Amino acid sequence: MFKPLPHSTDASVPVVVNGAAVSVPAGSTAAAAMLLGGAGHTRSSALSGEPRAPYCMMGACFECLMEIDGEANQQGCMVIVREGMRIDRQMGKREVRE
Amino acid sequence: MANVDYDAIIIGGGLVGTAVAYGLARRGKKPVVLDEGDIAYRASRGNFGLVWVQSKGFGVPEYQRWTRRSSADWAAFSAELQKETGIYSGHERSGGVTICLSDDELERRATRMAQLQREAGDFGFEYEMLDHAALKKLITAIGPDVVGASHTKYDGHANPLYTLRALHAALLKHGGTYVPHARVEAIQAARNHFTITVGDVTYEAPRLVLGAGLGNNALGKLVGLNVPVQPSRGQIIVTERVAPVLPMPTLMIRQTVEGTLMIGESREEAGFDDTTSPEILHTLAERAAKTFPFLRHTCIVRTWAALRVMAPDGLPIYEQSAQYPGAFVCTCHSGVTLAAAHALHYAGYVIDGAIPPELARFSTKRFDHVQAVTSQH
Amino acid sequence: MITAFDLAIVGTGPAGMAAAITASELGLSVAVLDEQPEPGGQIYRGVERLAISRAKHLEWLGPDYAAGLDLARAFRKSKIEYFDAAQVWQIEPVENGRLFYKRNGVTGILNAKKFLIAPGAMERPMPVPGWTLPGVMTCGAAQTLMKANGLAPEGKFVLAGCGPLLLLLAAQLLRAGVRPAAILETEVHRWAALPRLPGFLAAPGYLGKGLALLREIQSGGVPYHKGVTHLAIKGDTQAREIEFACSGVTHSEPVDLVLLHQGVVPNGNLAWSMRLAHEWDDAQRAFRPVLDAQGRSSNPAVLVAGDASGIIGAKGAQAMGQVVACAAAIDIGRISKQEVNERAIAAHAELAKHRGARPFLDTLYRPAQQWIAPRDDNTLVCRCEEVRAGEIRRLVLEQQCPGPNQMKSFVRCGMGPCQGRLCGLTTVELIAECRGVLVQDVGYYRIRSPIKPITVGDLAALDVPLRSDAVNP
Repeated sequence: MFKPLPHSTDASVPVVVNGAAVSVPAGSTAAAAMLLGGAGHTRSSALSGEPRAPYCMMGACFECLMEIDGEANQQGCMVIVREGMRIDRQMGKREVRE
Repeated sequence: MANVDYDAIIIGGGLVGTAVAYGLARRGKKPVVLDEGDIAYRASRGNFGLVWVQSKGFGVPEYQRWTRRSSADWAAFSAELQKETGIYSGHERSGGVTICLSDDELERRATRMAQLQREAGDFGFEYEMLDHAALKKLITAIGPDVVGASHTKYDGHANPLYTLRALHAALLKHGGTYVPHARVEAIQAARNHFTITVGDVTYEAPRLVLGAGLGNNALGKLVGLNVPVQPSRGQIIVTERVAPVLPMPTLMIRQTVEGTLMIGESREEAGFDDTTSPEILHTLAERAAKTFPFLRHTCIVRTWAALRVMAPDGLPIYEQSAQYPGAFVCTCHSGVTLAAAHALHYAGYVIDGAIPPELARFSTKRFDHVQAVTSQH
Repeated sequence: MITAFDLAIVGTGPAGMAAAITASELGLSVAVLDEQPEPGGQIYRGVERLAISRAKHLEWLGPDYAAGLDLARAFRKSKIEYFDAAQVWQIEPVENGRLFYKRNGVTGILNAKKFLIAPGAMERPMPVPGWTLPGVMTCGAAQTLMKANGLAPEGKFVLAGCGPLLLLLAAQLLRAGVRPAAILETEVHRWAALPRLPGFLAAPGYLGKGLALLREIQSGGVPYHKGVTHLAIKGDTQAREIEFACSGVTHSEPVDLVLLHQGVVPNGNLAWSMRLAHEWDDAQRAFRPVLDAQGRSSNPAVLVAGDASGIIGAKGAQAMGQVVACAAAIDIGRISKQEVNERAIAAHAELAKHRGARPFLDTLYRPAQQWIAPRDDNTLVCRCEEVRAGEIRRLVLEQQCPGPNQMKSFVRCGMGPCQGRLCGLTTVELIAECRGVLVQDVGYYRIRSPIKPITVGDLAALDVPLRSDAVNP
């Protein structure tokens, strides 16, 4: 859905999107990494299970809820990537792990 | 504008007013509910949603019995609403626990439960006190700080908002009328004849029910009823949806049918201030996180404060005006727990024109003294 | 120990940055908080980074964007305490009240005599059938991806809706060599806007920039459909096709990505959560806080600047930030009215010029009824709780549901994680339409703290006293 624009000297940051290695420009958000990684949908609704993906990219819509480094329901568009960050789809409701 | 004849005017479109109105409509009567607008002190919208027995009626066995009756009626009441409207109230009589975080709390709890059992007499009151290990079998999510709990099978919960919506829908289905944006300022009262004009519409009926929560204080004066209810602020935290984790409600924390977790049960005198305070929310959160450690990672979606409708002794108020027979008041702070009793029973008392002797404990006569004391100030 | 400031400013867009610079120059001790890791707000998002590593992108985004660099640099130099990446989740709206924020995973509290909020704007929700499908985003989202992440749409994509931002994005993408498959412009009210043209012409540069954008799009060869009256996005798990109607003809095109836009509205949740008085701005079809000419709200502890006060654009917001900071400095007693007079008058004059351009733009791009109150009953209004337009209509028409808060109780619209940001305006427009009353008389949701996500653990760790007396089972 999205591609990097040319003429950038931003460093690359390696992250893991849905289990696959992806390199994203430094300063990117986790939601952008998902879009760059071609994730399609980035969560499934906690009600109907229908697929959803980032919509506003500015913290308003909460459509980009995803699992970041194992923490459920994080706003992907508000989290800046770090090296090795694991970014996964949020499937339905948060599960309690005891 | 032409008058329409109604069998009863109910003031208040919250859980109490609508439950009584629905109760009248299901008995073939024609009620009209006069309600305020979108913003009002609506306890029904801020409710925690317990259908709760195990902390009701210390020293007042009549209250324990009335609560137990409603709790027992709830399943049929909920099924009836669902059949009528297709809306599931979210009611489950799953049993419930009051969780204790110290030996001291547990001991006090045990004393209280024994008292309830003693006072229940031949009506009976079954409960058990659980230690950490026994409770862990029931609710695996408890944390190491939990010492134990009291448990009864009578307790449960419902979604107050779905219940309110279902009551509204069921009321309309049975020919009842709901009029929002109709704040009542004046009542023309006579024996079994009440006239209320709102805007350019006049409503007349032989019965009047005050189900307006904190508004009953002022409305009562118009029809010779002393209803000294005062606000008691409660604050609630609600979280994001979580996959099912709590099999039953606790006094302070419950998981709703949608999956959200509600954390509540604070009590303070704050007048009509319905804003939240960080200190109270912090206290609730601290206790909740100790009770269920998984909550530490759970996101909060919303917090709010609502005003309970409290009589000086915390009991419901059920009375018919001596001055203007036909005028009733129905008010309590447990609009969810007692919704079944109000719809299934109280509505009948309104039609009959008499409140039965077993509810005499909830008469306004108990405030005659209170008022005398107040007037000395 | 809670740090106390004269003034706490929320937001580092043009209004917040300008307010911070002015307030510090006037001698106030100032805290500035913003949820992003760098200053700029949404409009100048990432501008400092682009200047370092993506000069070409800065050029594509254009001079109005690059202008944010000077402001950001001045902001960095000003004597303020800047809390970057700090999410403000609650403000006690009283003088010397507390502000609660979360930063680096930890909750913090600071005190301020007054609060100046500048949370900016957000795009108006545009509920059309299929708008929740992956592959449907806003034009602003695509622009943010370009600014903050250096990304551009790939494959076949269309821009649908109307407003200056839509045209600007089209031009910015074309400059970067990325061509939209089409622009589907919804009805634009040229004739109605004409009488308001003088104010627009009086504002410096607006007309020239607008015409230049249109020329760029034209010479870019992008198919430009005007007067679109119907839009629907179709697909199973992803947007695959867009259906649109103009001049009575329905078309259908395959797509990979749809970028919607229907103007911007004040980002209101912070103001609503403090229960500031609001009024309906019918020209902008949005609520805005009731403010005096200097940005003072109905609450003496709170001032509002920038697009959050009603849409005024980046330059207007910058001028207003100065105006409101002057008012705050006077109210706090740091400086006399006479002393700031010259500065305030100049800022006011600048603000007035930019305000003057709005009536033309507001009228030209006034959203038609079907974009704000979807006709198709099956269209989702509340994305979080999956509430459809028909359900809201039925509750008003058949059950006399009196307003948005009762609606929220009945069907949970606005109760999800976004706290009504994406359904609030649609819900109140639908209720107003069904009841045949003004939106002003319908009101809005009660917005509750925390307005930014915190956990139960955050609240449990909050550094405030326990009130066990009130929580005692």
